[in-house]
Amino acid sequence: MSDPILQISNVSKSFGGLKVLEDVSFNLTPGQRFGLIGPNGAGKTTVFNLLSGVYAVDRGSVVLAGKDITNLPIRERIGLGLSRSFQNIRLMPHLSVIENVLMGQHCQSSQITEMLKPINWMKNNKWKQRAMETLENAGLKVDPGSTVGELPYGVRKKIEVVRALMSKPSVLMLDEPAAGLNARETSELADFLHEISTRNVTLLLVEHDMNFIHALCERVAVLNFGSKIFEGTPKEVNRDKAVLEAYLGTSTLEASDAA
Amino acid sequence: MMGGYVEGIIAILCINLMFAYGVYLTAASGQLNLGGAGFQAIGAYVAGVCSNSLGFPIFFSVLGGVLGAGLIGFLISFPVLRTRGVYMVLATFAFALVVSGVILNTDFLGGATGMVVTAYTPVEVLILATLLTILLVFWLMASRIGLVMRAVHDDDVVSEIMGVNVRGVQVFAFTLGGALAGLSGALYAHHYSFIEAQYFSALLSIFVLLFVLIGGTQTAWGPLFGASFFTLVPEVLRLGDTEWRYVIFGILIVLMMIFRPEGIITRTLVHRVIMVFNRSGGH
Ligand SMILES: Nc1ncnc2c1ncn2[C@@H]1O[C@H](COP(=O)(O)OP(=O)(O)OP(=O)(O)O)[C@@H](O)[C@H]1O
Ligand SMILES: [Mg+2]
Repeated sequence: MSDPILQISNVSKSFGGLKVLEDVSFNLTPGQRFGLIGPNGAGKTTVFNLLSGVYAVDRGSVVLAGKDITNLPIRERIGLGLSRSFQNIRLMPHLSVIENVLMGQHCQSSQITEMLKPINWMKNNKWKQRAMETLENAGLKVDPGSTVGELPYGVRKKIEVVRALMSKPSVLMLDEPAAGLNARETSELADFLHEISTRNVTLLLVEHDMNFIHALCERVAVLNFGSKIFEGTPKEVNRDKAVLEAYLGTSTLEASDAA
Repeated sequence: MMGGYVEGIIAILCINLMFAYGVYLTAASGQLNLGGAGFQAIGAYVAGVCSNSLGFPIFFSVLGGVLGAGLIGFLISFPVLRTRGVYMVLATFAFALVVSGVILNTDFLGGATGMVVTAYTPVEVLILATLLTILLVFWLMASRIGLVMRAVHDDDVVSEIMGVNVRGVQVFAFTLGGALAGLSGALYAHHYSFIEAQYFSALLSIFVLLFVLIGGTQTAWGPLFGASFFTLVPEVLRLGDTEWRYVIFGILIVLMMIFRPEGIITRTLVHRVIMVFNRSGGH
């Protein structure tokens, strides 16, 4: 097995007295499609927030491609290949579709000469072309000039994935990308992500839709009350007693055993 | 030749436009600057001193005012950016009060009696400077710098995750914004030949922020509309019933805030106009 691209080791996090993550560890190998699942409030989004630097890690370490990024400033992480989306869409509401996507490439185009180019006045700008191509590849047929605040939920959700892709990440973290999408949109998204992963992008997915996880992920970790209670293949996860208890509650399981 | 009345209106319109663009730059990146008059006063007085006491040619005096106000904008941004929301508004407001207080208590600057600036700049220079200011801001807003400023306005945390140096963008906006407000002050001093601390009042800071917010902070068209509206409409109303013009003007402002809370000129509006324009151009 190749060296892990992302190593999360014994990470803990509390907010005030509330322990939200407790000694969580897992590794992602390059090109892997890794699912992070668990009941509401288990700490999945908090893992993303620690990886992207929004919150500081209390204990433990995060290593990306051999480099310790545990205490790296937020803005330096995307340039190292770590990119993410958000559970509740966080596009810039007053920017257009294409402008939001252009923001995703900021880390590659922040030299002063690029920053000063009046790209809105240029017909053929390479950044704009790249943004348009990625939008098309993702099957997004929207007016690139329309303001995102006015677009439907499913479209905005997809634009967020496209924006996260624009930085050419080595690890792409998506927080419930299929939430709110219909069945057809969900399967299109799974196909799209599958194709991305063949281009050597490692995927870390938080998702409640288990069909989506089964269709896409090679490996799954389950969080419950801030602790990892299981790691294995999606098939194994369905048979694991601790996972069933976490999702269904102990009493239901005992009740069904008794019956 | 322009008539004196028209020339007077054009001069004040130019001053207000440059001033509004100065305050606009911070607003576009999400910070409200209620200390605009402070930066304008610094520009005016630095330029006045350069001209009167140091004997600089007008161009260099104005440049001095621009650099002075820009430098203060840079320095003041660090304490101001530690505050947020309404506290930031109050911090910038307090800054302008301090500037005005310092001028009033400095005999060298003429104190409460004001300062006569002997060198004179004609209205043509104001027009040229205004056009260059507008061009500069439109260009900035068409570039990635403007994009990043607007992104920071919308969501600073996500901008930072995208790799943006959010603090750097905000400091830049305060610095360049201070410099533009300083430019308006420096040219004011040389066009009207007289400056006094009372002119750079709290009310002026409020008005310029209103120009910007009612015009709209999403595109560079906003301050152009806002400053023109606020400068010209009172003049138009002056032609009619004098008793009621402030009432009508006040009602207009309230209506605009109710029906266009994001400002009169929004990005969506500009996009729609461009689409209509392109379509009719295609036929
Ligand atoms: N900034 C914060 N301050 C205080 N508590 C927080 C904060 N962020 C998260 N929490 C708490 O941490 C716990 C885990 O939250 P988190 O958002 O990580 O859960 P999740 O697994 O993503 O849940 P969901 O499936 O509902 O999205 C919750 O109890 C939440 O209230
Ligand atoms: Mg979550």
